[in-house]
Amino acid sequence: MIKVDKVSKYFGGVKAVDGVSFEVGEQENLILLGTSGCGKTTTLKMINRLIEPTKGSIYIHGKNIMEQQPEILRRGIGYVLQNNGLFPHYTVAQNIAVVPNLLKWDKQKTEKRTAELMEKLHLDASYLNIYPNELSGGQQQRIGLARALVSDPPVLLMDEPFGALDNVTRSKIHAEFKALDELKRKTIIMVTHDVQEAFELGDRICLMDKGKIVQSGTPAQLLFNPVNDFVKDFLKHQRLQLEFKAIKLIDLWELLPELNKEAKASSFEAGINLWEALESFKFNNGETINISKDQNQIKTVSFEQLMTAFYQYKNHQAHE
Amino acid sequence: MNEQQQTLWQFIQQQAGKLQEQTLQHIGLTFISLCIAVLVGLPLGILIVRKKQFAGVVLGIAGVLQTIPSIALLGFMIPLLGIGPKPAIVALLLYALLPIIRNTYTGILGVDAAVKEAAVAMGMSKWQILFKVELPLAMPVIFAGIRTATVINVGVATLASLIAAGGLGEFIFGGISLNNTNMILAGAIPSALLAVIFDLLLSMVQKVSFKKLKRVVYAFPVLLIVLCLFYIIPAKSEGRLTAGFTPEFMGRQDGDLGLRSKYGLKIHTIVISDAVMYKAAFEKHLDVISGYSTDGRLKAYDLVVLDDDKHIFPPYYAAPIVRDDALKKFPDLEPTLNLLSGKINDSVMTVLNYRTDYLHQSPERVAKDFLVANKLWRPERGGNDGIVRIGSKIFGEQYILANMYSMLIKGYTDHEVSTKTGLGGTKICFDALTNNQIDFYPEYTGTGLLAILQASPKTVNEVTVNRDSTYNYVQRQFESRYQIKWLKPIGFNNAYALMMRQQQARKLGIKTISNLKQFLDKK
Repeated sequence: MIKVDKVSKYFGGVKAVDGVSFEVGEQENLILLGTSGCGKTTTLKMINRLIEPTKGSIYIHGKNIMEQQPEILRRGIGYVLQNNGLFPHYTVAQNIAVVPNLLKWDKQKTEKRTAELMEKLHLDASYLNIYPNELSGGQQQRIGLARALVSDPPVLLMDEPFGALDNVTRSKIHAEFKALDELKRKTIIMVTHDVQEAFELGDRICLMDKGKIVQSGTPAQLLFNPVNDFVKDFLKHQRLQLEFKAIKLIDLWELLPELNKEAKASSFEAGINLWEALESFKFNNGETINISKDQNQIKTVSFEQLMTAFYQYKNHQAHE
Repeated sequence: MNEQQQTLWQFIQQQAGKLQEQTLQHIGLTFISLCIAVLVGLPLGILIVRKKQFAGVVLGIAGVLQTIPSIALLGFMIPLLGIGPKPAIVALLLYALLPIIRNTYTGILGVDAAVKEAAVAMGMSKWQILFKVELPLAMPVIFAGIRTATVINVGVATLASLIAAGGLGEFIFGGISLNNTNMILAGAIPSALLAVIFDLLLSMVQKVSFKKLKRVVYAFPVLLIVLCLFYIIPAKSEGRLTAGFTPEFMGRQDGDLGLRSKYGLKIHTIVISDAVMYKAAFEKHLDVISGYSTDGRLKAYDLVVLDDDKHIFPPYYAAPIVRDDALKKFPDLEPTLNLLSGKINDSVMTVLNYRTDYLHQSPERVAKDFLVANKLWRPERGGNDGIVRIGSKIFGEQYILANMYSMLIKGYTDHEVSTKTGLGGTKICFDALTNNQIDFYPEYTGTGLLAILQASPKTVNEVTVNRDSTYNYVQRQFESRYQIKWLKPIGFNNAYALMMRQQQARKLGIKTISNLKQFLDKK
């Protein structure tokens, strides 16, 4: 879907990005993770040509982006900024309609699509005629997301989209983000410095440092098979929580006991991560949960059984 | 001067028509120049945002223009654009440029980087970003610049009257030269009010919310153009001849007021400063001007004085005035000084002034040439029978006269001479005379009557019917009040006068002011 091939960006003598290559598959969530100044934002902005690369090439759908007119290219790529970048002189509706207007949609189509998105993002329709500064930070960020999604672009670039939000708002938005069907269909590249966020939202993570990719892989690969001390140190903080987030129930499937379905317990797909499964015990009063795999296989497990499987899995990883 | 004890309100009522015209001219001048400044400044501001390498140069030049004193800038414009509204508008425009360019530049640069980035990332083109994002968001700052420019323009526009562009400056500068406080205030208060009102209105525009911004953006240019029309409409009412009068002349009974009341002269008049008036007449920007009848520029620019056939200009015949005790001390002084009596008429004096003022010949040389030509010159006797002290005021004509007297005294008597030339104005000269610091100096009958004796308007009317009655009156009064004697007049009359280009006057057959009135009435 997106292929970044040996891309470099030099600002004067400074190598902001130095020979970075990666690929993002269809509907995949790739996180560019790293500290400030590691080159992750520069890499992101080269994909919609906000910054022109010094060397290397980038392909979307197999087409070199340098061969397309930048304005046309950008209209096909959603972009979400940290500080939302909403136009303060436009109403919410006008803000969302910017790209449709550029694409010369008719008014009705734009209105219909806007209403649809407002509902999906849990935004009240009465917000449409007010100005962004009358909304809270979380609401503004949702409007920013709606603006990026309105024309349903296949690719979404997000530059620290939740960076300016407080923790409570952020975890709420994370949950919505994961639940939003619109996003499940999209190829997303997201920049963040927040490790927890990366583990929660990313299918794969590129950990960057000093303009280069140090390691790229799934959260579990980074966590359990770090290529060097830099990666290990980077993930040291709140490691247990990261592990819970990196491991999915499907990874533990073989380690869970065979048990018949218990009717009363709540059910989960095996695709969710361990963190979510463990959290569910807190909210549901049941002793056990049902986990379903491939629609037909179901296992019923308790909290202790899940933890036991987790330790077995970790031991196994460490010896591999 | 005491007759002007009227209140400011009375003055304003009396001059309401003029005040209205000047106010409209003032508004028009301000906004025409502002309009053009916006048309020039806004694109320039946008240009230097795009091409930052020009920012320094453009802002630098606009900044330097701003530091040129306004009166000097108006002066620079005269050789390029003549007189009238054109140079005034250009000068005002140059003043208004800096705030508009600078605020456009800083306003656009000040737009939130995230908003600009979002605009780019959504696929807007450069022009779309400019018109839909940058300009609307920079608008409050740009309006602040326009506001500053407006207030500057309202102030500088008062100076436009000096180059015949009209406006409230006519009252202000007229009032200053006439020492008429009411007149000054009648110009100054409205122009200050205009500045305050426009500032207030624009500050309201500036604070308008985004919701109403669109309406304002459309309404503003319309409003600007309407305000501009204020200037153009009154400017249409033009006769065939144009007169240019100094602010002082405009307000004097022995000036424009007299022309209107005694001659019934109705002519399209613009107010202009003395310094550019003669040249403007020469260059055919003006047809009739007010001036002094012996000014050297009459000759330099080939102008002719119209005969004042109804005698509204009091005679200003020049004659030496001498303290009585000096005449006693130097008995041969009076006949010596009277040698010059009747020898210099208006046109001769004009030529002499022309030689000093325009050919830059020294007053000594001009004086000697004249005496030699009239067979009055005698070589110095080199006597030492006391010193006669001669005074003179600080302009060319007086220098020439003082030199002639000095040569005559040295040639015809045994006295020595010391000249104290350049004693400033009338008051300084006269005080020097009464305080026994000089013995005599040349004075004018009109000045003696109005400035020294400060005669009442009634007396002035009575005694200015002809040259002799004026002369006799001041002679009597000076003798009794100051023991100072007026000797015989030298001959010329340096009074106010109306003048025209010689060629035009001849072509139209205008010799007197009455002729001029008849000519104008025919139209």
